[in-house]
Amino acid sequence: MSRLIDVENLTLQFDTDEGRITAVDNVSFSLEAGEVMGLVGESGSGKSVTAKSLMKLNPGNAVYGPDSKITLHLDDGPVDVLSLKTDREMKVVRGGAISLIFQEPMASFAPAISIGDQMVEQLLIHTNYSKPQAKEVSIEMLDRVGISDPSTRFGQYAFELSGGMRQRAMIAMALSTKPKLLIADEPTTALDVTIQAQVIDLMKDLVAEFGMGIIFITHDLGVIAQTADKVAVMYLGRLVEQGTVRDVIRRPAHPYTRGLLAALPKLDDMDAPLTPIPGDIPSPLERPSGCVYHTRCQAVIGPRCAADVPEFSNVDGDHYAACHLYDAKGDPA
Amino acid sequence: MSTKPLIAAKGLSVHYALRGSLIGPKPYVGAVENVNIEIEAGSFFGLVGESGSGKTTLGRAMLRAAPISRGDVLFDDGEVSYSLKNLGKKELKDYRKRAQLIFQDPYAALSPRMTVRDIIAEPLEVMGLTKNRAETDARVREIAAKCRLNVEHLRRFPHAFSGGQRQRISIARALVSGPKFIVADESVAALDVSIQADVLNLLKAIQQEMGLTFLFISHDLSVVAHVCDHVAVMYLGRIVETAPTRTLFSGPRHPYTKALLSAIPSLDPDDRGKAQKLEGEIPSPTNPPPGCKFQTRCPVAIDRCRVEEPVLEAAGAEHKVACHRWQELSD
Repeated sequence: MSRLIDVENLTLQFDTDEGRITAVDNVSFSLEAGEVMGLVGESGSGKSVTAKSLMKLNPGNAVYGPDSKITLHLDDGPVDVLSLKTDREMKVVRGGAISLIFQEPMASFAPAISIGDQMVEQLLIHTNYSKPQAKEVSIEMLDRVGISDPSTRFGQYAFELSGGMRQRAMIAMALSTKPKLLIADEPTTALDVTIQAQVIDLMKDLVAEFGMGIIFITHDLGVIAQTADKVAVMYLGRLVEQGTVRDVIRRPAHPYTRGLLAALPKLDDMDAPLTPIPGDIPSPLERPSGCVYHTRCQAVIGPRCAADVPEFSNVDGDHYAACHLYDAKGDPA
Repeated sequence: MSTKPLIAAKGLSVHYALRGSLIGPKPYVGAVENVNIEIEAGSFFGLVGESGSGKTTLGRAMLRAAPISRGDVLFDDGEVSYSLKNLGKKELKDYRKRAQLIFQDPYAALSPRMTVRDIIAEPLEVMGLTKNRAETDARVREIAAKCRLNVEHLRRFPHAFSGGQRQRISIARALVSGPKFIVADESVAALDVSIQADVLNLLKAIQQEMGLTFLFISHDLSVVAHVCDHVAVMYLGRIVETAPTRTLFSGPRHPYTKALLSAIPSLDPDDRGKAQKLEGEIPSPTNPPPGCKFQTRCPVAIDRCRVEEPVLEAAGAEHKVACHRWQELSD
């Protein structure tokens, strides 16, 4: 496997009327080609904003930290994403090497342009296909994602398709440019479980076939367990735990990850009480000092938690947690 | 817990008219067709199904918020006994006190221009349940405390609250008129898991403390498994299976219930790809298939399923299933 993308010290703030809000705080991770990374967190944890940074899609009031660096490794050499300025330069990350699937498939298609025209349009922008070739490729992709009668669907509008069908068309569109990296932002959240299972299967097949990397953003740990190779857990703009899917789900290290798993209703133990994480996620305007999770944490070990920001410590193998519980290991501070 | 039903649907159908030609029979959509359920007083009754299965419409019909086309809904709380199809204006007003709804989206359900106190007090004022402001305030504070909202919270506006807190405000508003029956329509679907557990625990505690009866509508089977005593599964406007929660989850009989259960993503990363997958999507209710409504997606459908619609039959104690083949498939 070869390295696909490196994100180093990504910090992102937004200028708002109420002041400067930190949305992403010193986040680093990397992804290999053909690897699926799950990015987990509650609403407000900064997972979507992080993903959008990879395409530099955040609005004009976004301020990237001076040390932030995102490097995309393409066949013709590395691309420094954050240094891209003009729309022309950014074409490579917006729909070219990186594609994005949104949560709400109804909102991501233009309502008054047919599905087919939208697919052809982006192919003409990002590839060298002629119009008839682009049409052929689009219909082939629609067929590939399991849409029956693709040439009819090609001429239809988004409102004529059901939710599951729209999400398939969205996937077909995102993949037709053969991106190196696919960002899927809650792609199955709006779908019923039976349709969700179909879409997850489809995405797994497509990774195997095209060998691209996927960043799968979701709050559903079950979906993560079924799709991801590795997992990164986010809370209030910071990564708190990283590791392989087995390590993180079977032996969660960070108290927040443990809390998320304990709050989940489990089917194999219907009598187990549901344990909520106490309190609410703090407002980004009032970010807690020290460890951002200490206001809700049940494993606070002392005043350090409110004073010092924990760095990532190795738990075991490829498993890391940013928590003072693990500071002592390997690094006697 | 008594065994007398608080509310029961008897052959209930909800039809919505479609635009059609001037002559011939009027076309309609059968959103709910011939549903029979009984909800015991003091129980937590779950209703599950995919979007488009008619679960919300059924919930609304039981609140008289959707038109009852055929059949009836009978409500009897010991004080009054109503046939919802034939409610007079005065009776309907009284029924509104006794049956309430908690909505899905706590962001859309609360007026941004009203303080939390006014939001919770509004049903009392509209229904004329309290005589003066002091009495209203006392009642609001009492209900707010039950939903873990303090006096300080009551002075603020909804924008100051998180999703979980907002849902607690919605719950307080639904409870303030002292209802007996509550329909909770996807009431935790919009919440994060860490908050969802908190709201579910609150609903359960309030139900036991106040002796309420809940119709809990959800698409999330694992949530239903944790809070409900009894579950009904809906598909295209019909109840296809109903049983006590434990029975249903340990021994589902209907192929649709089985498929729904196996489609839940497992938390075990080594359990991938074992799920039994359903093909296709739920058909449109404007053009339902003949015979069993599930036959177009059913992995075990036979010729009989394509012509004859199965009826709900007993498959055990309190367990009913509508499938021609459940018996041979359960051996």
